[in-house]
Amino acid sequence: GKTRRGLVHQLRAIVGQGPLSRDAVEEIEMLLLQSDVGVKATDQIIAALQTKIRQETLPADQAIAYLKEILRDILDRPFQAGYRRDFAPKKGVLNIWLIAGVNGVGKTTTIGKLAHIATQSGYRCLIAAADTFRAAATEQVKIWGQRSNVEVIANPGKNTDPAAVVFDAIGAAQARGTELLLVDTAGRLQNKANLMEELKKIRRIIDKKAGNAQIESLLVLDATLGQNGLRQAQVFAEAAQLTGVILTKLDGTAKGGVALAVVQELGLPIRFIGAGEGIKDLRPFSSFEFVEALLSSEVEVAA
Amino acid sequence: MFDALAERLESAWKTLRGQDKITENNIQEALREVRRALLEADVNLQVAKDFIENVRQRAIGAEVIAGVRPDQQFIKIVYDALVEVMGESHSPLAHAEPPPTIILMAGLQGTGKTTATAKLALHLRKERRSTLLVATDVYRPAAIDQLITLGKQIDVPVFEMGTEASPVEIARQGVAKAKELGVDTVIIDTAGRLQIDADMMAELAAIKEAVQPHETLLVVDAMTGQEAANLTRAFHEQVGITGAILTKLDGDTRGGAALSVRQVSGQPIKFIGVGEKVEALQPFYPDRLASRILGMGDVLTLVEKA
Ligand SMILES: Nc1nc2c(ncn2[C@@H]2O[C@H](COP(=O)(O)OP(=O)(O)OP(=O)(O)O)[C@@H](O)[C@H]2O)c(=O)[nH]1
Ligand SMILES: Nc1nc2c(ncn2[C@@H]2O[C@H](COP(=O)(O)OP(=O)(O)OP(=O)(O)O)[C@@H](O)[C@H]2O)c(=O)[nH]1
Ligand SMILES: [Mg+2]
Ligand SMILES: [Mg+2]
Repeated sequence: GKTRRGLVHQLRAIVGQGPLSRDAVEEIEMLLLQSDVGVKATDQIIAALQTKIRQETLPADQAIAYLKEILRDILDRPFQAGYRRDFAPKKGVLNIWLIAGVNGVGKTTTIGKLAHIATQSGYRCLIAAADTFRAAATEQVKIWGQRSNVEVIANPGKNTDPAAVVFDAIGAAQARGTELLLVDTAGRLQNKANLMEELKKIRRIIDKKAGNAQIESLLVLDATLGQNGLRQAQVFAEAAQLTGVILTKLDGTAKGGVALAVVQELGLPIRFIGAGEGIKDLRPFSSFEFVEALLSSEVEVAA
Repeated sequence: MFDALAERLESAWKTLRGQDKITENNIQEALREVRRALLEADVNLQVAKDFIENVRQRAIGAEVIAGVRPDQQFIKIVYDALVEVMGESHSPLAHAEPPPTIILMAGLQGTGKTTATAKLALHLRKERRSTLLVATDVYRPAAIDQLITLGKQIDVPVFEMGTEASPVEIARQGVAKAKELGVDTVIIDTAGRLQIDADMMAELAAIKEAVQPHETLLVVDAMTGQEAANLTRAFHEQVGITGAILTKLDGDTRGGAALSVRQVSGQPIKFIGVGEKVEALQPFYPDRLASRILGMGDVLTLVEKA
């Protein structure tokens, strides 16, 4: 039969008995794989753990603590590589945050949440509705804008050029002394060359028309995503010059482990996590919380 | 990004080459590589384990056919097992007599339910079946507008009662409306929900109870990772599904979620979504998805020729 047992609890029992045994390695491997960390990153993490235990002749019963440390290190590495740890729009100047990602991950909802946080913190905010493709996308983002009294710049025409909407929105932001312009883009799969070209064009418009602005380009990843998330990050990083990641839908049971692989491979920091459909369900990312949640999972074990 | 399974198995094959039988000993490494390939394709870990066990049993003792290398034969065994597990080719939608056929759409947030609702309506029109779409997502901003917009695109009526009415009541009245209009099929779009959200799952069960659908289709994003198994289990246990639609297969995901969905629910995958447009719906072919999960298109043709 199968029972559900806290894995960490179980692991403690196994590793307590001596050096990192095969069983222990297998348990850790299983835990990471079940969190969508992926085969390659999992291999690397386990190798790092083994090395650490061997080289520093650390007692194996503290494997969990080392594992957590290794994972947190991966997630915090971007801050050693030049990214600022604190993440907020700069006051008094124009900040532009470009929000991109594949279909249905939560871009528009996240824009709504960000607009809320920004207005609460006293920023003058504006939203560009640059998803001119999906049915009722503009209506959706307008409702989000209303919820925090943020105006939405949209083009009423159908299937208009999203880059033109962004152009107009930058103009409006500059004229009004807007501090944070949030750009909502249509969902696009990274293997669609024409849609990625469209995103590049949006990015070019931003660089050209708002060269002095503080630009952040954020990829939205959904915690339920599997290994394709890594591919997404690779392709979007190039097209949109990504500077960070937002991980949504962490209120479910999915752990979002692929985000760990994304940070490890691309060196992008995770900036926010989405944990619900409500306007307040967005939090700054904490590597500590993320790692605790990742390792808190219960797995099916043979009883 | 992914190596074809054949390449992955290259070193594992060496242990099989020159041997005339597949044995417990000589396929260990090959099975490990298959497991890796499945995990990289996002097949759920537990589902992968069960599948590997199935393959092991089939493979051991299988006589090597003359002219076929044991490694090629092993690939064929893996592939055949996967196709078999993946289920029937193109299971059709239920068709109730007397009409209307009632179809309930369900799934996590953002998987493609609303889009698939419109796609199904268009698909049914080609079979000369008329439809009515019912908008019960009263939560997501502009969800009703989205369905109305899609309905207009394909010229199919949409029943809605705004965002104040209860989803159960909207569904009930939607079905009544379908009977009144004499349409063949009524498709009920629902809000996205997490399988651990007890209230929302109870709501879905209540909608199902109220309208007694002939089909309850779980809409799953093909890019889903390990979670596919959990969510399928929960939706199937708590609501009961009769099939699934796998969306966003126009991407470059390997789609291992399909195996998890199929294995956990035992229900057929009925359609795949291959684009954002309303025309982008296709019947499900288990053999195509099996090759895709294993990344082994070329190898198969090789084996077929052998
Ligand atoms: N549970 C949960 N649901 C979320 C979260 N973020 C967004 N959603 C839901 O996910 C669905 C899709 O969200 P959207 O914001 O429309 O996603 P999008 O990326 O803009 O989608 P497209 O523009 O169609 O590509 C909606 O039902 C949201 O309510 C989250 O953090 N948790
Ligand atoms: N590329 C691609 N995109 C798809 C497909 N199916 C749906 N989408 C897109 O995925 C996003 C979400 O689709 P929706 O139909 O709104 O999903 P939903 O399940 O109704 O979402 P909620 O109601 O918020 O839970 C939209 O951007 C759709 O255009 C598909 O097969 N391929
Ligand atoms: Mg959107
Ligand atoms: Mg919907």
